[in-house]
Amino acid sequence: MSDNDTNHDDVQVPEPVPPRSLVRLREVRGDDLQEVEEGEVPIVRVKPERIEDVCRFLKEDPDCRMELLSDLSGVDMIALDRPEPRFDVVYHLFSLASGERMTLKAAVGENEEIPTVSTVWRTANWHEREAFDMFGIRFAGHPDLRRILMPDEFDAHPLRKDFPLEGRAKDHGYWRRPEDERGRSES
Amino acid sequence: MFGPSEMEINLGPQHPSTHGVLRLKLKLDGERIVHTDPVIGYLHRGCEKLGEDRTYLQTMVYTDRMDYVAAFSENLVYIEAVEKLLGVEAPPRAQYMRVVLAELQRIASHLLWLATHALDIGAMTVFLYTFREREMILDLFEAYCGARLTLSAVRPGGMYQDFPEGFADETRRFCDILPERLDDYHQLLTTNRIWRERTQGVGVIAGDVALDYGVTGPCLRGSGVDYDIRKAIPYSVYPELEFDVPLGSTGDTYDRYLCRMEEMRQSRRIVLQALDQMPDGPIQTKVPKRIKPPKGEVYHVNEGPRGELGVYLISDGTESAYRCRFRSPCFVNLQALPEMAQGHLVADIIALIGTLDIVLGCIDR
Repeated sequence: MSDNDTNHDDVQVPEPVPPRSLVRLREVRGDDLQEVEEGEVPIVRVKPERIEDVCRFLKEDPDCRMELLSDLSGVDMIALDRPEPRFDVVYHLFSLASGERMTLKAAVGENEEIPTVSTVWRTANWHEREAFDMFGIRFAGHPDLRRILMPDEFDAHPLRKDFPLEGRAKDHGYWRRPEDERGRSES
Repeated sequence: MFGPSEMEINLGPQHPSTHGVLRLKLKLDGERIVHTDPVIGYLHRGCEKLGEDRTYLQTMVYTDRMDYVAAFSENLVYIEAVEKLLGVEAPPRAQYMRVVLAELQRIASHLLWLATHALDIGAMTVFLYTFREREMILDLFEAYCGARLTLSAVRPGGMYQDFPEGFADETRRFCDILPERLDDYHQLLTTNRIWRERTQGVGVIAGDVALDYGVTGPCLRGSGVDYDIRKAIPYSVYPELEFDVPLGSTGDTYDRYLCRMEEMRQSRRIVLQALDQMPDGPIQTKVPKRIKPPKGEVYHVNEGPRGELGVYLISDGTESAYRCRFRSPCFVNLQALPEMAQGHLVADIIALIGTLDIVLGCIDR
């Protein structure tokens, strides 16, 4: 860039420069993005069916190099501002090389699937299992989509907003067998 | 499918070397580990669900109970996230106090790691020594806020009270003692032939593989990747303090051991600098009594003793978070265990659990 570039007559307050990774992402994968909210950490809403490709691009592109998937989690949007589609999957990315961070979001409905990113970062494997366990979000192509924190035979997803804080009546004394329960009421 | 000499055994959940209630399903070929499947969730208390029901301040005491051997670090990252949502910042004196306590907590946590790690491998003596020093830190915590493990001393916008009289002197006295005690541990272990044979070349993980698994903290730095959040995404007053980030080269258990040992020395350096530079002044900014952050979201990370502690909060403008997510470094680091254990002997898995420095309360949340 030459010095002349800055010598405009109508000098305005310089706009904050968007991070390089965001510029690249818009350039190359602009069609896969739905909405970009710029800020200290940009929040990018990605078309759910394209999430795996976008993540792979962000990891492998030499200008982005988001090698670390810091966190992946689900959010139940039902009581926030958007009843449909019900869930958001939120990805927090970090690049060790440039120090840039980025948040990706993708919406997924209750009976839909979203592509797994465990093929891009192996760390996503357990995070996606947890999101499945807690919210019932299904990840297409996940190698091992089992419950991780709740018992295998549990039949609900406790972090959904319609799951009561103290559990349902039938969850009380979850680890007690019915015969133990009878013994208690008699004594 | 099982080969002729293959079998599956359970390690835990009730086993002294699993540091809590961790169950590992091990598939063995003779004494070699073919496959490891960690089963977790025995300590799941629904901290995230509680964080979405209770107010911000009430949730802070739950963060203590997640990583209960480094409770202050958990408090700090949570409260810093709330502060970001509120748009407030603690005054400088409070920031320095936080750094002092956070680094003391890191030393305490590493001392406990060293104690149990060495004990698991069979070096009983170290356990007794490190607990002596850890006790001194816990006494300092007790002198500050009355609690030894679950501090809950941070408040949005500051600290709940100033250091008591004599706290700085006592802390300096501890810092004077620490280096020679660290030399003692080194003498017991670093050149010890049994220790070296049990740790060198065990659980090797390459830097890029570790990063792919999301491993952070000393486990990642042991593989030579320079990623310390205190330097990479500076927070609090860390930019004003001088310290080095020790790195390993081979990524084996021995390197991770050396990294943590050196980290204790660096933490001591930070504590001393923070005590010297600590300004006088208020320890609390004005924050409304009822904490109601505006609508918005924040993802905040800190360098905990075990790696990247993350908190993701979404506020809907009410007194409790709409979404409260805790990113636990132990949970993520444990995922790399099957990779590290592959092909090793059963006895090595005990060393590997020790080197990952897991806390089950942090994993299960």
